[in-house]
Amino acid sequence: MNRFLPLAAAFIFAGALGVTGGVSSSYAKDKIKVGFIGPLTGGTSANGLGGRNSADLAVRLRNADAKARYEYEMVALDDECKPNVGVQQATKLATDKEIIAAATHYCSAVAIATVDVYHKFGLPVIVWGAVLPDITYRNKYAEVHRVNGTMINQNERNAELLSSLGYKTFAVIHDTTDYGKGHNKYFSEALAKHGGQIVGTFGVTSDQQDFSAELTQIKSLNPQGIYFGGLTPIGVRIRGQMDKLGLNDVLFDGTSGIKSDSYIDGLGKLAEGSLSFIEGGPTERLPGGKFFLEKYNAQNYPNPPEAYGGFAFAAMNLILDTIEEVGPDRKKVQATLNKVKDRDSIVGKITFDDHGQNTVALITAFVAQDGKWVVWEDSEYASGKRKLLGQK
Amino acid sequence: MDLGLVAQYTMNGLMLGMMYALVAVGFTLFFGVLDVIKFSHGDVLTVGAFTALASFIGLQSIGLTSDAVELLAMLVAAIGAMALLGALIARAFILPLRSAPALNTLLITLMLGTVLRESVRLFYPDGANPKPFPRLLPADSINIGNFNLRLDNAILLTVGALVIVGLQLLLSRTKLGLAIRAVAQDEETAKTMGVNFNAIVLTTFAIGSALAAFAGLMNGLYYNEINFGIGLYLGVVGFSAAIIGGLGSIYGAILGGFLFAGLQTIGAVALPFASAYKDVFAFAVVIALMAWRPTGLIPEKLSERV
Repeated sequence: MNRFLPLAAAFIFAGALGVTGGVSSSYAKDKIKVGFIGPLTGGTSANGLGGRNSADLAVRLRNADAKARYEYEMVALDDECKPNVGVQQATKLATDKEIIAAATHYCSAVAIATVDVYHKFGLPVIVWGAVLPDITYRNKYAEVHRVNGTMINQNERNAELLSSLGYKTFAVIHDTTDYGKGHNKYFSEALAKHGGQIVGTFGVTSDQQDFSAELTQIKSLNPQGIYFGGLTPIGVRIRGQMDKLGLNDVLFDGTSGIKSDSYIDGLGKLAEGSLSFIEGGPTERLPGGKFFLEKYNAQNYPNPPEAYGGFAFAAMNLILDTIEEVGPDRKKVQATLNKVKDRDSIVGKITFDDHGQNTVALITAFVAQDGKWVVWEDSEYASGKRKLLGQK
Repeated sequence: MDLGLVAQYTMNGLMLGMMYALVAVGFTLFFGVLDVIKFSHGDVLTVGAFTALASFIGLQSIGLTSDAVELLAMLVAAIGAMALLGALIARAFILPLRSAPALNTLLITLMLGTVLRESVRLFYPDGANPKPFPRLLPADSINIGNFNLRLDNAILLTVGALVIVGLQLLLSRTKLGLAIRAVAQDEETAKTMGVNFNAIVLTTFAIGSALAAFAGLMNGLYYNEINFGIGLYLGVVGFSAAIIGGLGSIYGAILGGFLFAGLQTIGAVALPFASAYKDVFAFAVVIALMAWRPTGLIPEKLSERV
């Protein structure tokens, strides 16, 4: 136990720094610890930091609320978007009995690897960003919940939208993690339902640099669009290298994995006309989005909340609500979470089904237009003013 | 498969091979003069690429817009800074460890590589995210059937080839090259003949690291994107290329680089399994080659065999 002491001291110190000022009355309250895990470093850290800040915001707002029964401290850990690191961090949280509940994981490959840990050590968690259906549906763990929708809904919307625009043929590039493989599976199924055709499927590693061999092959298959199931870093590379190889009239159809500002920053003009989809709505359009963004901006966090910040906030808020309601007890918190129904949150109503999955299926499509992700319905592409690549 | 596609695959493979070869040559140079393996070599490449990017941003902020001037300045900054860094690494970490077991050098440079990589990630603004790299070469292209030949790729390939030829000339035709070869062959004799051993070692590390900086810049211009992890992978590939070529032999390193790129392309294109396995395939062939020729395809002429 001794070797964790310096670490614990560091966290307490950091926590103390974070809440200086304005909490003079809170010393009388019991201090409760909650956890957060996300990718705070590495290629997807933009989303992880946005989620961390958003969860942190929920804690700060609660601590500033005089009516709250407890004072909260959030322990934020970094899973680096790597399953092995994620399992270590999950174990660290789950075995710390002072932690009552946690909002965990943006990366699906990490989230699916850690569910067993939470189940084994009985830590109730709410997943805030990972979209692989298996995370909630493979097992029936009472500990695991999720506020965001899954990639099944996302890919149905994707295939439906593109079929309605006249796209028939796609090549698929997906990373070979559970996340990428899941996207490949659900998109292929959904596309077949709408009468589209996959002309080639390419599994790539999630840190691959060069895609010229795959893209040259795709060029010879001549699809209307490339569907990409993976995250921003290699999404940026693939879109950039498409241009280098003269794939000039092929749509780049992405997923929630590239819906981040760093995709557009990384590509500049080339991002124009790329598509992405997220479960839920854009932060500013969520039922409580305006409130959330106002509070978020007031804290002057160095990074934006990104696509899933609102969900991280909602997940953490739900945890805090539940602890306020039943007290700091893992078992009671878990039992109460399992019964959540029609609960208002900034991401809309939350209802957990018997697998702990929130049953909202609100999906929003985005298109990159003039350096921004624009909601499809509001874009000049939807109004017919501009045309997507590969559109016949 | 039609000819246009074959040409496209060949071009893709050549571009990759050129970058691998440039990194592999560095490994082989270091091994030649000091019999050490410097594992931070790939990360020097990363730092070089980021130095180039930073100087580009610096030039932009003072209002310079000429592509040619910017490119030249980036080249000078990256190569100069990395040559210096390479010499510094040799001076501070490698020369003092000369009498220690080779494993120590390997370990210390492995750790140094991690420090360099993490420093880029932590201290370069937003360094954990992929960074767009400017397009400074003319992007004209011609389409011949399925083959898309881009002027910028052709320029990169030509300049890369010129750099390698230049290095070869430097090693075979100049006094400095003679001294480097003398040190590589026999340190004691070279010293007795009046060669300044330390200066030659530092120069060699500077040259190798400058090559890495060039490869980093080339990587950035080719992909128009760099990230803190590029050097790690290129380092491993470059090292393998140097090994299969025969550590210590320049031609071997070049051959190894292009061979590795060829294997990856074949792995992705011609084999019936998913392209995700192309690295597995390429490295498996490397293992087989090493089992067949442990000293590499073109072994160092006077390698010590134990």
